[in-house]
Amino acid sequence: MSEALKVPTMAEYMAQGKQPEVLFWVGCAGSFDDRAKKITKAFVKLLHKANIDFAVLGTEESCTGDPAKRAGNEFLFQMQAMTNIEVLNGYGITKIVTACPHCFNTIKNEYPGLGGTYEIMHHTQFLKTLLNEGKLKVEGGKFKGKKITFHDPCYLGRANGEYEAPRNLLEKLEVELVEMKRNKRHGMCCGAGGAQMFKEPEPGNKDVNVLRTEQAMETSSEIIATGCPFCMVMMNDGVKAKNAEDNVQVLDVAEMIANAEDL
Amino acid sequence: MQYLPNILFTIALVAGIGYFTLNIRKIIRNIKLGLAVDASDHTAQRWGNVVRIALGQSKMVVRPIPGLLHFFVYVGFIIINIEVLEIIIDGIFGTHRVLSTFLPTGLYNFLIGSFEILAFLVLVGVILFWTRRNIQKLRRFWANEMKGWPKNDANLILYFEMVLMVLFLTMNAADQSLQALGSPHYVQAGAYPISKFIVPFMSGLSEATLIAIERGAWWLHILGILVFLNYLYFSKHLHIILAFPNVYFGKVVPKGKFKNLQSVTNEVKMMMDPNIDPFAAPAEGTTETPAKFGASDVMDLNRIQLLNAYTCTECGRCTDECPANNTGKKLSPRKIMMDTRDRLEEIGKNINKNGEFKPDGKQLLDDYITREELWACTTCNACVQVCPVSIDPLSIIMDMRQYLVMEQSAAPMELNVAMTNIENNGAPWPYNQMDRLNWKNEN
Repeated sequence: MSEALKVPTMAEYMAQGKQPEVLFWVGCAGSFDDRAKKITKAFVKLLHKANIDFAVLGTEESCTGDPAKRAGNEFLFQMQAMTNIEVLNGYGITKIVTACPHCFNTIKNEYPGLGGTYEIMHHTQFLKTLLNEGKLKVEGGKFKGKKITFHDPCYLGRANGEYEAPRNLLEKLEVELVEMKRNKRHGMCCGAGGAQMFKEPEPGNKDVNVLRTEQAMETSSEIIATGCPFCMVMMNDGVKAKNAEDNVQVLDVAEMIANAEDL
Repeated sequence: MQYLPNILFTIALVAGIGYFTLNIRKIIRNIKLGLAVDASDHTAQRWGNVVRIALGQSKMVVRPIPGLLHFFVYVGFIIINIEVLEIIIDGIFGTHRVLSTFLPTGLYNFLIGSFEILAFLVLVGVILFWTRRNIQKLRRFWANEMKGWPKNDANLILYFEMVLMVLFLTMNAADQSLQALGSPHYVQAGAYPISKFIVPFMSGLSEATLIAIERGAWWLHILGILVFLNYLYFSKHLHIILAFPNVYFGKVVPKGKFKNLQSVTNEVKMMMDPNIDPFAAPAEGTTETPAKFGASDVMDLNRIQLLNAYTCTECGRCTDECPANNTGKKLSPRKIMMDTRDRLEEIGKNINKNGEFKPDGKQLLDDYITREELWACTTCNACVQVCPVSIDPLSIIMDMRQYLVMEQSAAPMELNVAMTNIENNGAPWPYNQMDRLNWKNEN
């Protein structure tokens, strides 16, 4: 896998006078976090496989402002939001897909009030439509029959009511989906939300991600599937804290589909 | 003198309802200390929520055992109020079982019969609630914030309800015995599927004793109801009334949608507008003080948040599902609501005493809610999701974080680093924005 991925930017599209079908909003984690970059690449491969005409903002993309807003810095959030909205509107973007539930939530719910209204989908929702439209086919492959549990990202699930899209994808992979006791509406946070990702936790008797990982391991699943780069970091750290790296893997649903396809 | 009971009853009734009204007006005044908020949107959805969540108890039954027990108590409370109507008419006019003269016998018997069954179910529910609190000692009822008054308050409510139901059934049992004796004032009416089991214990009692028991239970029952009504104001039990408006005003947009501060939008728009004169003096006649960002005291919260605080019945489902609380952090969403109400009540008493609020050197932040609690929140919305009456503790946490960050620059150090990074290079980590697409060339 030495050849570079083909990832067109909006600037390139603009230069050619073209407009892509959809903008892929990569997000900070997807751009810079080593583990999350793998999710980004897996998703790009799936976009190519399905012949989707997409582009990224590349160096013109900036933080949506989610962590600033949840930390209480409304000022910084709105600066980020309005700058991003100027870029997005400048390119005439109407449809966005992102692999980060935090970017998804912010653009979907908080940008419209500041002048940025777009049709935005989480990548699991987008992949689900691709499968339904027959643009992408998926078979169980190496995950068939494997015990897998799904950790609901708060900003996809409770925050926006999407519990089914990622689960539908897992069903397509013919896995044995085992739910944790706390799932869907009652799913427990990985501990990263509300800007917790960027600070040390307050004193307590346990880290949130360790507790959540324990709950996932109670299902004796081989894989913890999720749909958020921050949940990914937290659950991976949790698995490491439990010294269970040899038995439990944490994977994004998009990675699983790409892997099943051997992309 | 034959009208003495009627007069005493009417006085008790007027006093009971009057004092209650007085206190409700205090609550309304206190809630109005908060910022006005527009909730004229989503009317259909709001009414739908009232029907589903408040009337239909849809979030209570998520936990089936307490959900079912609560359903008994709730339905019992509402239906038995029809009986209270009869008691009030009887009390004022000196009649006895007045509805039996209006209603067809079958219907009246059915009503009284169902009240009895409901009263019995309420009794069972309340006793089991008591054991869950005091024998089983469920974790959520024994958290730090539940010591002292909140714990006693909860048990007092249960004792009240137990006593009221026992009085109701005793009254009916004595009434039946008197009907059997053919006592003149006691008309043949009603069906008594539960209290008939108490009747044997009254056999052999004289008519006078039975009348004393019946009248005693009747009076204690209705006076108990009036006392209980007035107890609500001092108790977490206000939810039996406020749950309905509170659910109506609950969040109707996606839970992930946090409000954008208009005052900030105006500033940011000005900053981004190249045509604006940065040195312009404010327009003639503007005396407006700049808006305060976020909340440090209850007056900075909005009226829905303050209504939330009065509505909270301290059931602790929020705290039970809070990931921070689950892992031993100090944050408890229930405590956020209890603190908000306590502080609001403190301000209310200050106003009662001084005619207007005299600064008391205290505020919600630090004196009630600590920064450690505020910074432990992951904004996961578990508390908002699970609340059976649509309370939003997260919105208060967010408003207080805004105050800390935007008015006091008092964010935890690591968050300041992350925010500086966002400001300088468009990501919470110290990576250059120009490297944002490097991943496509990496293996």
